[in-house]
Amino acid sequence: MAEYILLRHRDIPNIKDIGVYQEHGGFEAFRKAVTEMAPGDVTAEVKKSGLRGRGGAGFPTGMKWAFMDNRNWPHYVIANGDESEPGTFKDREIMEHNPFQFLEGVAIASYAVGANRAYVYLRGEFWHIAKWLDQKIAEMEAAGFLGDNLFGTDYSLRIYTHLGAGAYICGEETALMESLEGKRGQPRLRPPFPPSYGLYGKPTVINNVETLTNVPMIIARGADWYRTYGTEKSPGVKLFSLSGRVNKPGNYELPLGTTFRELIFEHGGGIIDGKKIKAIMPAGASSSLLPATDEVLDTPMDYESVPKMGGMLGSASVIVLDETVSIAWLVKKTVNFFRHESCGKCTPCREGTYWMERLTGRIASGEGALQDVETLYSVAKQIQGKTFCPLGEFSTMAVVTGIERFREDFDALVKAEASE
Amino acid sequence: MTDTVTLTIDGQQITVPAGLTVVDAARRAGVEIPVFCYHPKMEPVGMCRMCLVEIGRPMRDRATGEFLREEDGSVKIQWGRKLETACTARVSEGMVVRTTTEQVAEARKSVLEFLLTSHPLDCPVCDKGGECSLQNLTVAYGPETTRFYYEDKEHAPKHVPLGDLIILDRERCIKCGRCIRFQSEIAGDPVLTFYQRGHHTDVTTFSDPPFDSYWSGNTTDICPVGALTTVDFRFGARPWEMRPAASICTLCPVGCNITFNVRREAAAGGKMVIKRVLPRQNEQVNEIWVCDKGRFAGYHFAESEDRLTQPLVRKHGELTPVSWEEALETAARGLEAARGKALTLAGGRLSNEDLFNLARLTDALDGVKALDTFMAGGDLTAQFGLGEGSNLADLGKGDTIVVIASDLEEEAPLWWLRVKQASERGATLIVANPRFTKIERYADYAFLYPYGREAETVCAFLDEGCSCGGEAVQAVADADRLVVFYGQEGMGLAGSRALAAAVARLLVKTGHAGKVGSGMVGVWPRANDQGAWDMGFRPQNGLAAALAAAQAVLVAGADPAGDDPALAAALDKANFVVVQELFLTETARKADVVFPAQAFTERSGTYTNGELRVQRFYPAVPAAPETAPDFAIAARLGERLGVALEANSPAAIMRQIAEAVPNYAGVTYEALAEVSEQYPLIGRDDLYYSGAAYENTQGLGVALKPAAREGDIAAPEAPTAPEIPADGLRAVPVTRLYDRGALVSRSATLQPRLPVGAFVALHPAEAQRLGLEDGATATLELNGGAYAVTVRLNPQAPEGVVLVPRSVGVPVVEVASCELRLAVGD
Amino acid sequence: MSSLAEKYPDEVQAILAKYPADQKRSAVMALLYLAQRDNGGYVTKAAMEDVGNIVGITANEVAGVVGFYSLYHDKPAGKYRLQVCTDVACALRGAVQFVEELCDNLGIKTGETTPDGLITVEEVKCLAACDHAPVFQVQTADGLTYHQDMNVKATLELIEQWRKEETS
Ligand SMILES: Cc1cc2nc3c(=O)[nH]c(=O)nc-3n(C[C@H](O)[C@H](O)[C@H](O)COP(=O)(O)O)c2cc1C
Ligand code: SF4
Ligand code: FES
Repeated sequence: MAEYILLRHRDIPNIKDIGVYQEHGGFEAFRKAVTEMAPGDVTAEVKKSGLRGRGGAGFPTGMKWAFMDNRNWPHYVIANGDESEPGTFKDREIMEHNPFQFLEGVAIASYAVGANRAYVYLRGEFWHIAKWLDQKIAEMEAAGFLGDNLFGTDYSLRIYTHLGAGAYICGEETALMESLEGKRGQPRLRPPFPPSYGLYGKPTVINNVETLTNVPMIIARGADWYRTYGTEKSPGVKLFSLSGRVNKPGNYELPLGTTFRELIFEHGGGIIDGKKIKAIMPAGASSSLLPATDEVLDTPMDYESVPKMGGMLGSASVIVLDETVSIAWLVKKTVNFFRHESCGKCTPCREGTYWMERLTGRIASGEGALQDVETLYSVAKQIQGKTFCPLGEFSTMAVVTGIERFREDFDALVKAEASE
Repeated sequence: MTDTVTLTIDGQQITVPAGLTVVDAARRAGVEIPVFCYHPKMEPVGMCRMCLVEIGRPMRDRATGEFLREEDGSVKIQWGRKLETACTARVSEGMVVRTTTEQVAEARKSVLEFLLTSHPLDCPVCDKGGECSLQNLTVAYGPETTRFYYEDKEHAPKHVPLGDLIILDRERCIKCGRCIRFQSEIAGDPVLTFYQRGHHTDVTTFSDPPFDSYWSGNTTDICPVGALTTVDFRFGARPWEMRPAASICTLCPVGCNITFNVRREAAAGGKMVIKRVLPRQNEQVNEIWVCDKGRFAGYHFAESEDRLTQPLVRKHGELTPVSWEEALETAARGLEAARGKALTLAGGRLSNEDLFNLARLTDALDGVKALDTFMAGGDLTAQFGLGEGSNLADLGKGDTIVVIASDLEEEAPLWWLRVKQASERGATLIVANPRFTKIERYADYAFLYPYGREAETVCAFLDEGCSCGGEAVQAVADADRLVVFYGQEGMGLAGSRALAAAVARLLVKTGHAGKVGSGMVGVWPRANDQGAWDMGFRPQNGLAAALAAAQAVLVAGADPAGDDPALAAALDKANFVVVQELFLTETARKADVVFPAQAFTERSGTYTNGELRVQRFYPAVPAAPETAPDFAIAARLGERLGVALEANSPAAIMRQIAEAVPNYAGVTYEALAEVSEQYPLIGRDDLYYSGAAYENTQGLGVALKPAAREGDIAAPEAPTAPEIPADGLRAVPVTRLYDRGALVSRSATLQPRLPVGAFVALHPAEAQRLGLEDGATATLELNGGAYAVTVRLNPQAPEGVVLVPRSVGVPVVEVASCELRLAVGD
Repeated sequence: MSSLAEKYPDEVQAILAKYPADQKRSAVMALLYLAQRDNGGYVTKAAMEDVGNIVGITANEVAGVVGFYSLYHDKPAGKYRLQVCTDVACALRGAVQFVEELCDNLGIKTGETTPDGLITVEEVKCLAACDHAPVFQVQTADGLTYHQDMNVKATLELIEQWRKEETS
């Protein structure tokens, strides 16, 4: 790619210094928004850019901002830096290396929705990033980019970090708000949705870190420029966190619509030891398992094409599995994750993940029977459509698609009859 | 927008109030939607997923807002992609709900199967067996067999005491959160919490003492499984072995409707015994709740070993068992001799029927009708009370509630709850107390006044220039409905008389007197103090002197000698004493004749609660041998003294009351037994919905018509508050829910929560001044007596006072100077 | 035990200042980290009470929070909690073998603490560093640090260094 849009530190190594950031046009977009644009115009520009949420659901960002209830104040903006989906590590790189662009995105979003207070919610493990961002926020305050009467207008904004404490569910937006309110991080009933009832019961925009990091460039260079990247329905660039059995794991910033093949074989350097690729999890542990057929490998990674293959793009955390990996083992791993992270609020997820953990444990250890695979499949199916939030649903994806698409891996491990 | 919506549930059209959940709407249509976490008294949370149904909503044209139609003209319905939780979905116009489809059946079966994976399946030994929602719903909708390997089950402790009263079985818990939500949303005591997360989620308590709440028992009613049980009923009986008996709790002036569960028990020598207390629904009184005192101490006294079961007559200085005939003769002779100089001292735990007969008897003797109480104002509450047409549950925006001189949760727990709820619904709550109590948390305006300024504080609300905040004064003046609770804190007869008069004046002057929904409520120390006033009994200033001077004293339902050494000494001087009692109290010990009375669990009768609602109780167990109800004892004495009183039928006595006492006109036992539809529709067959509380089938009671409603609204004279010591260290009487009163202290269950000995509470700074530490033993000198007390620190206590709880060993009636010092040798 | 508010007035104020004045409860999470720091890496019931008092909620409500999140601890463990990611992506890159070898070298099993009370090895879920497996974080009373692209030898050297710091 000619130029990085998100991982600009790869072009400009010291962009984490406020001076360097400013030299490269830093905060000009924020200045432009606050001094030259009405809040509604900012939202309109983002809408026009076609930017979609990078946190997983791909919801159009500008549309979300426009939903804010203007009869109820104050408004809040939250940056979702929970980044806990296994296989996802993109927001961390942004915040560690290109923090100002991200914070500028938070600032512009806040201006667009009339928020004077924004929070960056970070997973508890990002202890060092919290400290780091606190320092960067202080630098912005000192330089007059945060605080009262910004750029001589009556707009004021403060940004604060809030550290979680180890709970994947807090990436879910309403659980995150509960956590930010100092409660157990369990999801809330929806509706009402955050733009009408969010943090402290007030209208709130919540966006992923990567989503927000796009915003300064969109405002600086315009929606039309942004749309020159990516596809018609999935415009722009995306960070792909590539991990698993590849030679060069890491983050890759590529236009939406890049194929799996290009990501894995060109950028990722192919499979370790030249082994055969077996399957792809395009969206971390909550992915469906896609068999690595040519058709799948040549699928463009965007919000429309991946579902056609029976998966989701999600946060684009591409975990690669090769022929050495047993899908029965893999499913045990993902189920174990979700059992550990289930918040316990709703029955199907709380009990279902526990049951699946027992079954996948039996199967993967070679103690299972054929009938256990059947039960596992039906338990996963039985969870679907009944949980309070998507986490429960997530827990079933690898199980169901694993058994449907890689049945032989399970059959190879189990006995025909139950031993009891 | 209309206030009702019409929807279709399983093909049946029904019109219900807007805002209802689909579960509640279905219930009104007679369609059962099973639930676990939903409870009609709490905000829905949608956690358990048991109530999943198919919900469709009519499609509208975006532009016109009109319904879109199918070709056949029917409204086009948009069905959800997934099932929805009927407990969180609110009804809307044209909604279509399907609960009988295969998809719904599959969802129910699945959720039950999930719940059972973690469940121990120990129904045969579970207390909830037979009234367990999980068991019942599994039979109705669940899988026949389990596919979960038993050896994969995680085991958890089965006996986890959550405090002294409630035991948790962790394996049985289905994590519906009802108990936790009840404690934080309804009881206002967030002392339970979920600990850990996911499959390891547990219910625990971190309060000190554990599960520190007066409401804990209710959690066992609403727990849908056998996870929470009470220590008194745990392993006590199987639900189907017991029969229900409707009753009224007699421990405070609220008059909660309850049900006794009764069975014949080998361990009790084949006697019928009460196994437990459950709430009985009365949405106007206690909804479906009771406090722990009512639940755990409401009846044990009636079953205690030391009940009197024979009449006694003093012979050669000794109380000696005699026949009823002999006792009645002796008593009648003694009373007859005192004609014109007799005094009857009755307690507010007697029924209206008892009090009516006793009053007639006393009148026949030309005697004094004395009420054993320290609180006045019953004549004014009869005039300006709540009564007919009012219901605390109706209070909300625009209405104002004043609580004065009352630690409401300690004195009348259910009223505390209902006042809190009214405040949450938007009623303005004004609290004036000498110290902060739990009710202030919910107050819009809270005032602190010094002890002795109760009446003055109320009068200030009439005085434009008052210092108590113009907004609060305005809220009183402008209230659509004004309800004033006045209590007992720090006051004796003179103080409470002045306060009651001030409250009555406030109602009259602000134009609220006689208005439906408005009125004053006395937070009486006893359950039927109001009835006692209505039947003509009055507290006596200088009771000791009156007792000492009486030729004959008839004491019923009271123990003056046990309460106060001064009264004991006075009784010693009385010439002739007759006592009707359950136990051989201090007073009975001094009597010349003692009659064994019947407990309220053994007979019929009525009480009039503080809101002027007359309620009926029914016999639950056979009477103890040789006992008689108080009204019958009075009647049999009357027979010998030439006054005809009804001796057998309390219903007949009520007919006489209705004729004789104007407020009671029209009250009959039949009317008291009437019921009408109450929402939510709770019931015994489907415990899953609201828990184990009983549906009310035996009477919601009758609300009296207070005199002011009839136009009798002359304001009482401006009150003059009594002089009380204003400086120096003062002892102040306060009321605690858990005291050592005669009835409560006979409950073994509640023992761990009752105070062990006499104690006093004071502010830490005051304690420091006096050189006393928390827990120290001190000597309290008061009214010429000296008492050993334990010192407890209480930051809410005002400085300069010693809070002395009533009925825990130190007789104290009103504010009095005192001394407190470290006990010698401590 | 004196209150955190007395011991660290500035820090407590700074934490509270992050949230609207009527939303003090939000400060619970940060205060719990402070309480853990103050108490050698775990929170006691008294600390929950204290934190509750600062923000105006009950110890129970605080406990609910402590129990929910995996980075709060209600029991003591080693001074260094060495938390290795063995989640899907890391497991595909040798994390499981790494933990096993490390534990063998330390003579403990995962979840256990070395006899000198210094190190507890724990397996944790994804740390958002899947491209740097094996990776672990070290949680001490003072906070967390990441160690990426590790191997057993480098880890043992790190531990050796801690041991030295401990004895000096
Ligand atoms: C279980 C669960 C975990 C999630 N974790 C994250 C996360 O770690 N980071 C994130 O940005 N969004 C996460 N999301 C998505 C958020 O709920 C939300 O959709 C997102 O923050 C919105 O931002 P976006 O529109 O910019 O994507 C998660 C959702 C679920 C259901
Ligand atoms: S699906 Fe249910 S238990 Fe699972 S995380 Fe969501 S709400 Fe919690
Ligand atoms: S799987 Fe280990 S850091 Fe992501």
